[in-house]
Amino acid sequence: MPVISFENVTKVYPLPAGDVVALAGVDIAIEEGEFVLVMGPSGSGKSTLLNIMGSLDVPTSGEVMIAEKRIGGMDDDDLTLLRRDHIGFVFQQFNLIPLLSIVENVEYPLILKGRQNGTRERAEEVLRAVGIEKTHFTHKPGELSGGQQQRVAIARALVNDPDFLLCDEPTGNLDSKTGTAIMTLLERMNREEGKTVVMVTHDPRMTEYADRTIRLVDGRVVE
Amino acid sequence: MTFFDLARRNVVRHWLRSSLAVIGIVIGVIAIASLGIMGNSIGLMFNDMVSDVGDTLIVSPAMGVGGGKLTERQVSDISRAVGSNDVIPFSSTGDRVAVGDRESTAMIYAIPAEDIPSLLDMESGGFPRDTGGGCLIGSQLAANSRENGLKLGARVRIGDETLRVVGVLKERGMGFDINPDYAIVVPYSWYSNHYDEDDYDQVIVKVRDVNDIDAVKESIEQRMNRREDTVNVMDTRGILESVFAATESITVFLAGIGAISLLVAGVSILNVMLMSVTERIKEIGVLRSIGTRRGEVMRMFIYEALFLGLAGALIGGVLSFCAGYLVTVVFAGNADYLFDPASLLYIVFGMAFGVITSVASGLYPAWKAAHLNPIQALRHE
Repeated sequence: MPVISFENVTKVYPLPAGDVVALAGVDIAIEEGEFVLVMGPSGSGKSTLLNIMGSLDVPTSGEVMIAEKRIGGMDDDDLTLLRRDHIGFVFQQFNLIPLLSIVENVEYPLILKGRQNGTRERAEEVLRAVGIEKTHFTHKPGELSGGQQQRVAIARALVNDPDFLLCDEPTGNLDSKTGTAIMTLLERMNREEGKTVVMVTHDPRMTEYADRTIRLVDGRVVE
Repeated sequence: MTFFDLARRNVVRHWLRSSLAVIGIVIGVIAIASLGIMGNSIGLMFNDMVSDVGDTLIVSPAMGVGGGKLTERQVSDISRAVGSNDVIPFSSTGDRVAVGDRESTAMIYAIPAEDIPSLLDMESGGFPRDTGGGCLIGSQLAANSRENGLKLGARVRIGDETLRVVGVLKERGMGFDINPDYAIVVPYSWYSNHYDEDDYDQVIVKVRDVNDIDAVKESIEQRMNRREDTVNVMDTRGILESVFAATESITVFLAGIGAISLLVAGVSILNVMLMSVTERIKEIGVLRSIGTRRGEVMRMFIYEALFLGLAGALIGGVLSFCAGYLVTVVFAGNADYLFDPASLLYIVFGMAFGVITSVASGLYPAWKAAHLNPIQALRHE
């Protein structure tokens, strides 16, 4: 059973000037443990695909299964819980919560799942696994470098043990050296922990980390 | 770390903006509480001044009948109409009075000697009799005229006759019937002789059971005003009720003015919260995308408003107490009014209203935050 499966998925944005077709019949299946790149030029429907994979959006037609759940017809709360429990988001701009300390940022998704013991310990464990030193745990995100912030963001994405990581240009805001370190970390999570990774990027150099690449052009998968 | 904690941190992060919003609430709470206390104190002050408990009917001649006097016959008619209740006719006048060689003007009440004990209480001395030249003086008159020698046992000259002060009255306060605190009270028989008069100005009817007051009033009016209106019957309870209703509406009006200032404070909270939402669109997008539900986002923002409201209400409550103290001391001259339950209730009411206003003002911004589209919010810069 694939972690993510798209069957003849379309997404149409109705606009006054005429409908915009972002996805025109997409079929995708991503199996557990894969490292998959999604590439394509601007306007190819990458963002739309990412939003639907992230269950931030639902398709106009077609069948989308995420973590063995059909997302068509889900209401906002169901979609939110799906994101919380099954998807780990990693953004280009890190997007940590400025009000919370490093360890609290990682703890936050655990707290969303309800009060339980050991959330702090679990957050610290994941932070150590992504290579953040203990002295940084109580800092605010703004006090860390970009590379460190992205590590924290990956820890936050991993903390609820999601079915897959969904990364949107995770190295786009980093210099190449730091970017390589982040890619190495993601690769390690994939190879060693068996995490499924889906990554949207412009950067052709990323193909060396991936098992395969899905290329989108004009809302269709080309190969 | 909870949503409560997140809200608290955001309030603290923008401490200047938050404190300005809180000041608005503080002012609103103080306005409601102190104006409410002021209104309540006016009522209490009035209550303290007025001695009547509302068991009195005052019968006075209708305008232009019999030269504005009640005859002996009319008085006995009234007596018959009211059954076993006390009927006390009296007259009053002002005259020059002299103690030794000092002269001044005083109000003089003339009441039949046998009726005086049922109407007035003594501070010291005894009641005068119909025969013999005794009189009573009011408590304030006694207090103010000590150096004049107008005291118990003194001789007072009214016209060319001399009376002896046989008693000093207890302070009675302002009444609708007679106000003897600054006056001299003489037996009616003396007055009648001295001024050569047999008629009375008014009749006081003390109704034993307050519940009968309407029936007694009715009975007097039926007997006296059968053909034409010869008397007016005034019932003090009715007057008191309308006076207290008036002070109550003053209180409500004053508290209403306070409420308006709280409303303004509410608008400023609304503004602060909307600003907070607009600034944090991206953050809300992140929170939503990593699994925060709409209701949870909404709760976070409502807590924020609640924080501002609670802070404002607490500070406002403490300051209201001080303001209430000032108001009662300066306007009413009696700080005890502040500790009246109704006054303290206005502080609680002001605080509650402050919190409610804040939370209500936070509802729309919170709703707005919760219903942002996460995709668009994430893309927001």
